[in-house]
Amino acid sequence: MNNFKVLVNGIIKENPTFVLLLGMCPTLGTTSSAINGMSMGLATMCVLILSNLIIASIKKLIPDAVRIPSYIVVIASLVTVLQMVIKAYAPDIDKSLGLFIPLIVVNCIILGRAEAFAAKNGPVASIFDGIGIGLGFTIALTCLGAVRELLGTGAIFGVTLWGENYGMLMFVLAPGAFLALGYLIVLFNKITKKA
Amino acid sequence: MDYVLNLILIIIVAIFVNNVVLAQFLGICPFLGVSKKVDTASGMGMAVTAVLVVATIVTYLIQVYVLNAFGLEYLQTIAFILVIAALVQMIEIILKKTMPALYQALGVFLPLITTNCCILGVAILVIQKDYDLLEGVVYALSTGIGFLLAMVLFAGLREQLDLADVPKAFRGVPIALVTAGLLAMAFMGFSGVDGGLKILFGL
Repeated sequence: MNNFKVLVNGIIKENPTFVLLLGMCPTLGTTSSAINGMSMGLATMCVLILSNLIIASIKKLIPDAVRIPSYIVVIASLVTVLQMVIKAYAPDIDKSLGLFIPLIVVNCIILGRAEAFAAKNGPVASIFDGIGIGLGFTIALTCLGAVRELLGTGAIFGVTLWGENYGMLMFVLAPGAFLALGYLIVLFNKITKKA
Repeated sequence: MDYVLNLILIIIVAIFVNNVVLAQFLGICPFLGVSKKVDTASGMGMAVTAVLVVATIVTYLIQVYVLNAFGLEYLQTIAFILVIAALVQMIEIILKKTMPALYQALGVFLPLITTNCCILGVAILVIQKDYDLLEGVVYALSTGIGFLLAMVLFAGLREQLDLADVPKAFRGVPIALVTAGLLAMAFMGFSGVDGGLKILFGL
């Protein structure tokens, strides 16, 4: 598989949200608006690319029996660094994503790609896999956030599209997350002609 | 007296108002993954509750006596996730030796719990909310009960759903998500209860 195919594979065929259904907690928890969804997607993508690169580079040094704990330590260190960077340079994002930043550690997408891709491929291919899967995740979260923001408040990325008085607050709150994601998956299946 | 009322408030809020799955979006993976049958769902719920309580006690002690004591707060995420992973392994070994029946019942679910984000989430929340140890334990236990309640309710709905004629494109996960959305809507009926109880208790 060449690097371009690896990239596209992550966005469409193995889209972590719509196809593999991984990382559901941040997907539902942080997409109350398009910008929140996008920041969460980008934060996860950073950790994913770096963890894929590091794990693909050091995989020969790690004994097989302790590989999962070692991967977790690598991921947790990256998340800690990211957490500090976000706190220092983007306190607004830190406030709106809150608990879900440290919880990137237990996002199954990252550990899943480490085990399924980075442990078997070279560093360069792993970077492309990280970018592909990361983009797939970011696109999915931004879409979901945009849909919820549009239906809930009538705005996208904070830009009001129709009347100020419009509002179906339910879509910004918890039930809307489940409903919107359910319908988006149906749409994705229809478009990729799986159903 | 105020302390006891405060504990009661924590319990009600954690189970109903801020339900861990339906309002806080923690632990969605097992919520969608192992909720096809009521008995497996309740098994998972109980396993998570047990691990939650033990993990909260251990991570709280580590935070206070190791991380805070030596000024290592920035290692919180790394320390907690390693402790939780080790703890789940240990609970598995202990259960296998002492309570083989329970181990058999929970067997499959135990290793899955390490990556359940509600364990790490609650451990961090207990520190963030400045709870003391007892409050933390009560909070963890009621969060676990809230998780169990959501799991069992959802599994019951999904069992009924098997008999329904679902449109082809919705089969599987999408209809489960829509059902979860309706369940979350029902739980929204509890929102505001915490404010009322606070006034009632005079806190």
